[in-house]
Amino acid sequence: MSKINENTVLEIDTLKVDFETNTGMVHAVKGVNIHVDSGETVAIVGESGSGKSQTMMAAMGLLAGNGITHGEVRYRGTNILGSSIRQLNKIRGAKVTMIFQEPMTSLDPLYTIERQLCEPMVEHGEYTWATAKKRAVELLELVGIPEPARKVKAFPYEMSGGQRQRVMIAMALANDPDILIADEPTTALDVTTQAQILELMADLQKRLGMAVVFITHDLGIVERISDRVYVMKSGEVVEEGNTKEIFGNPQHEYTKMLLDAEPTGSKAVVPDSNPIVLDAKDVRVEFETETGFLKPNHVLRAVNDISMEVREGQTLGIVGESGSGKSTLGRAVLQLLPTAGGRVVYLGNDITGAAKKKMQPLRKEMQLIFQDPFGSLSPRMTVGQIITEGLLVHEPQLSAKERDLRAIQALEEVSMDPAMRNRYPHEFSGGQRQRIAIARTMILNPKLVVLDEPTSALDRTVQKQVVELLRNLQKEHGLTYLFISHDLAVVRAMSDTVMVMQKGEVVEKGLAEEIFSNPKEDYTKELLAAAALKPA
Amino acid sequence: MSVTSDQLKEAPKMGRSLWDDARDRLLANKAAVTSLIVLAVITLLSVVGPMLTPHPYDQVYRDYVKKPASLEAYPKQDEIQPAFAKIAKRARMTIDSYELNDGKVTATVTSRRKLDERYARYFDRSDLFESAAISNISSDKKSATVTADIQYMHFYFGTDANGRDMLTRTLIAGRVSLTIGLLATFVAISIGVFWGAASGYFGGRVDLVMMRVVDILYSLPFIFFVIMLVVFFGRNFVLMFIAVGAVEWLDMARIVRGQTLSIKRQEYVQAAEAMGVEGGGILKRHIIPNTLGPVVIYMTLLVPKVILLESFLSFLGLGVQEPMTSWGVLISEGARNLQGAAWMLVFPAIFLTSTLFALNFIGDGLRDALDPKDR
Repeated sequence: MSKINENTVLEIDTLKVDFETNTGMVHAVKGVNIHVDSGETVAIVGESGSGKSQTMMAAMGLLAGNGITHGEVRYRGTNILGSSIRQLNKIRGAKVTMIFQEPMTSLDPLYTIERQLCEPMVEHGEYTWATAKKRAVELLELVGIPEPARKVKAFPYEMSGGQRQRVMIAMALANDPDILIADEPTTALDVTTQAQILELMADLQKRLGMAVVFITHDLGIVERISDRVYVMKSGEVVEEGNTKEIFGNPQHEYTKMLLDAEPTGSKAVVPDSNPIVLDAKDVRVEFETETGFLKPNHVLRAVNDISMEVREGQTLGIVGESGSGKSTLGRAVLQLLPTAGGRVVYLGNDITGAAKKKMQPLRKEMQLIFQDPFGSLSPRMTVGQIITEGLLVHEPQLSAKERDLRAIQALEEVSMDPAMRNRYPHEFSGGQRQRIAIARTMILNPKLVVLDEPTSALDRTVQKQVVELLRNLQKEHGLTYLFISHDLAVVRAMSDTVMVMQKGEVVEKGLAEEIFSNPKEDYTKELLAAAALKPA
Repeated sequence: MSVTSDQLKEAPKMGRSLWDDARDRLLANKAAVTSLIVLAVITLLSVVGPMLTPHPYDQVYRDYVKKPASLEAYPKQDEIQPAFAKIAKRARMTIDSYELNDGKVTATVTSRRKLDERYARYFDRSDLFESAAISNISSDKKSATVTADIQYMHFYFGTDANGRDMLTRTLIAGRVSLTIGLLATFVAISIGVFWGAASGYFGGRVDLVMMRVVDILYSLPFIFFVIMLVVFFGRNFVLMFIAVGAVEWLDMARIVRGQTLSIKRQEYVQAAEAMGVEGGGILKRHIIPNTLGPVVIYMTLLVPKVILLESFLSFLGLGVQEPMTSWGVLISEGARNLQGAAWMLVFPAIFLTSTLFALNFIGDGLRDALDPKDR
């Protein structure tokens, strides 16, 4: 543990953050001590709800209106907690800057990159518009955006997620900050982009000599880039120290649990004698976008002639970055999207382009689980109503009492208390909600389940539990899974065969073991390198 | 998997729905709660009040035209003698002595024609006196004693240009205005929500046709529409609901359609579709309940709008007909009599504006309660 010295730039001293809510005080941060020395990288790690973001937001005076703070936050020795906005703004955005998780929404869509980059520079008074414009081009070059002179005139929608995050970093660097606070800066990005952004940040830090505070839940990132780590749990720092020490010899139970949270194990290969549940040949999905009056429509091919064969009890992992067409493929297989070519055979029935009526009985057996457990449950229905909705359609003869009984069974199956069935989704955590979503599909006794990134929105420790639950359900009911994910660790733990997709095409396909231990294609190798998996 | 029987018997505790949360937030809002109370009081007064006031809403008191609002009873002390004298003069009597005692007038009168007991009717016919009697008629029938009880009446809000009690009329007008406000809003919301949700959810050609219908109805001038209805069906109270409801649902349909377009892309709707739930079920269980927040807010803003619209129609003579009345009618009458009879405008105006104020505050409170993020 390094001591506070004259090198300390930012010091957070017994900071407490409380929120006043209808249901009483919520103590989000309970007396946290954190210090950041100049030029070092400090990571604050914890699961969602651990107060790691609120600590930094409070230090920057960015709390929501009902937040109350106690303690001190010293920037180079002077307390900035509770000072006026005008005073705060001299430091905030100039000497201490922040970048946020969501690069898609942190840029204003109405202004060019140049305008958004220059505005804070001019505001802080060190630049005129003319010099600021010059500096903007330099900054874009610094963060590695190709053709900076041209890109500076672009609007945010013309850039990819990774590029936008680079612009955000450029914006944060504009006034030569002492500290850059990065709040989950790579969570919303693909693995390969994530690796590039991390590399960029490490490189910038070396060249500019600023301190970086990294708020994240991803221990892989922490291990790679940080000097010191603070582990936070429910508003308190439970462990702190050098990265090497923490990773090599964790003391606190919670830290050990976090380090152990990567899903492990692998799935045994299903024998070839099992019947083929899903047989898809050359499936093609196209989207048309209107380009204008009397012009031919622009056709975007999202899925290009993809074939697959999935046997009963098998899990096919579909891996790819966002925009690779993996979700589209999953929906096309379920006939939720029209296919432009190829055919899909389910248990011997050709269901390609089948009419709604013909699909209706099959809907019971073919289920879909979504990524976002917050969006996939209707907020105005109780858990019981959500779970039993499928029964209303497929087993309308059931009485209300029988449905209730089935709901109880389904909740027990996903290890949840059946007494919860009269509650509403917003009362549950992400992991619990995903369990509810799984219960909703299990109640119908499906055969084929398409899992569309079912663990991506969850914390690592919860991920592990959900993966285990899914594996157990598969064993018990002989389910067949199409497991769509960009998270290679989870895919490795779940699937026996893997298909790697890029831009709507299959790059590589084969047994999971082979692909992870001996990838053949460059793209697969790149993905694996970026994910930095631990050996199984 | 074991389900014990007592697990079934004992229904688990209900969780807090979003509506419960919204209600708590609304009840914490002082302005909204005050407004709710004000609105409840006005509604209660309008419903019960006309039965409790001493005057029917259509009773005309010819002797009390445009009397100012007063807590004291009418007739006032100094009005009695002139009124009595006026009646006596009409009955061709001359008053010899006049005495006012304990709410009773006793007077001796003489007349050139023969007096008769039936002449007491002259006094009874007035709104000021009751149970008048002529007694002690002298033998030549030229002089007699007239006794009459004074009929004391209260007009707390004064009387209108026809001598009708403004209190009763204001309250009865509240019935009409609030009924129209609530019923027409209900009609508008029902049609609008259904139309908008269906149009937004089914999309494509259905959407195109349904929204063009809305566009066409939008382009019809409202007044023209109402006049047409009146021409075909004659003046009718029910017509007001139809006219107002038929126009006001258009906004609602557009709002709900916009909401639906964003809700239908939500994953819970896709999840229901993937499960094979039909359009009707999705509309009923997923889309409509989730659009209700903005609908409720719009409703509180629509009620005042409808009340004002009704006032406008009544002002033009296309709305409610005399002797039935509404706040709009009372206010337009009051405005005409503003000089010298301000109470005719003030009281209905107070009721109307407090109702509108209350509804707007409730709408504001509801918006904060239902969308805590947008604060």
